[in-house]
Amino acid sequence: MARLVLEHVSHRFGDLDVLTDVSFELGANEILAVVGPSGCGKSTLLSIAGGLVAPVAGDVRIGDIPAASLNPLTFVFQDFALLPWRTVAGNVALALEHRGLSKQELRAVVDDVLARTQLAEFASALPKQLSGGMRQRVGLARALAVRPAILLMDEPLSALDSQTRDLLMDDLEQLLARGAMSVLYVTHNLDEAVRLADRALVFSRRPGRIRAISSAPVPRGARADPANADAVARWRADLWSMIRDEAAAADRETAHG
Amino acid sequence: MAERGENLDPVRFRGAGFAPGESRLGGGLALVGLVTLWQAASSLLGVSPLFLPSPAAIVAALWRLIAHGDLLAQIGVSLLRILAGWSLGAVAGLAVGLGMGLFGFARAAGFAVVSALFPIPKIALLPLMILWLGIGEPSKIATIALGVFFPTAISAATGVDSVPRNLIRMAQSFGLPFADIVRKVVLPGALPSILAGFRISSSIALLLVVSAEMVGAEKGVGAFVLQAGNLMQTDQLLAGVVVLSLLGLAVARVIGALEKRFVDWR
Repeated sequence: MARLVLEHVSHRFGDLDVLTDVSFELGANEILAVVGPSGCGKSTLLSIAGGLVAPVAGDVRIGDIPAASLNPLTFVFQDFALLPWRTVAGNVALALEHRGLSKQELRAVVDDVLARTQLAEFASALPKQLSGGMRQRVGLARALAVRPAILLMDEPLSALDSQTRDLLMDDLEQLLARGAMSVLYVTHNLDEAVRLADRALVFSRRPGRIRAISSAPVPRGARADPANADAVARWRADLWSMIRDEAAAADRETAHG
Repeated sequence: MAERGENLDPVRFRGAGFAPGESRLGGGLALVGLVTLWQAASSLLGVSPLFLPSPAAIVAALWRLIAHGDLLAQIGVSLLRILAGWSLGAVAGLAVGLGMGLFGFARAAGFAVVSALFPIPKIALLPLMILWLGIGEPSKIATIALGVFFPTAISAATGVDSVPRNLIRMAQSFGLPFADIVRKVVLPGALPSILAGFRISSSIALLLVVSAEMVGAEKGVGAFVLQAGNLMQTDQLLAGVVVLSLLGLAVARVIGALEKRFVDWR
């Protein structure tokens, strides 16, 4: 059953068309990667899906939301978006403080998510004392604290160096496998998409339209199996071929003004 | 085989300078040096104490005035005026500045009014204030409040502007109500700019209290300095100036402590 549905969504900033007639569904517990050339409107799409930007046309609807979810549509931001004056625990608590929880309940939730994201010993640290990878862990912990039905992840690993990115991707894979969440995962990194997603939505160059929606050839848990390596590589190559065509066309259009 | 590195020149260090550090010693030495030079000039060159009293004479005058209790009373009067004027101006400035930072209409109206009125030297309005509010305390307090209002409003508005939009979007995405976003995101984010504004406005308050007291007051440090000048008591005049300088330093220290306490996260 669909948890998030976008129907005929279009958007423009001033005279600039950013998205044109985008329609797709995100299923329960599905991870849908959104990939495409730079500037194609991926992040705008995520903001529209999360209710932070009102589209000029089209509808966004959600359903099948578990009753326990405190914030059904929850973002994980590329730049972490942590309050620098709050500690790690304080940043996580921010998402809960207006939810009417008692102090003990709030503390219990914060302690639980900090433990799940291996941040318990950094609860009192300020963001400036953490590395980029640790900061994004805090972003993840904050998102998990509100028991999201749908995670909206906007290039969550792109501000990190490649080693940290790989380590955090391992953790992310495990967290997403454990939690009953749907994920809309915007990325320009095909390796992340191929590793984490059930399906990939390939965007055209701006104004972004859906060029293809491609399902993974093997389930998430089986992709590390060497027997599936060829199938996964082919999927990646197919996705890259579509993105490369769009990126090259975008470059030509820019060059010709 | 030749030794590794033989015949090669060492790389010359070129990264020195352009990184001034803090030196408490330097600051202290500069002040002590200045006072010593002043004292030496007074003692050795025979400068008339009427035109330039020596630091020792100023300290002696200061001591006499403190022991007599008169100067402390004058300081008390000035401090009360500063406190009242600064508080009024700061509260009003914060309210208007935050409004300008948060709401479109308040922003347009506020910046138009503030831009038009900010450049006016507020002491020029003192006669008008006296006309409206009388020669007593309210006119002086209102003049100080006016002087404090504008820099506070501007610093609060620019402070709100400087809060990264992504933090506000984050708070919205977690469903925080408007008041919570203002209290938990906007105000703390704007605090560095607001405190910087307080630093400026407190100096302005000090400047204005002295000016106002020179124009129309019998008590206060400004009136005291003016009276000492009229009586050619330059040692007492400069003792009053030293007190003003110390007051300025004390206020800067208080603001510094607030910054250390509340914006240590930067």
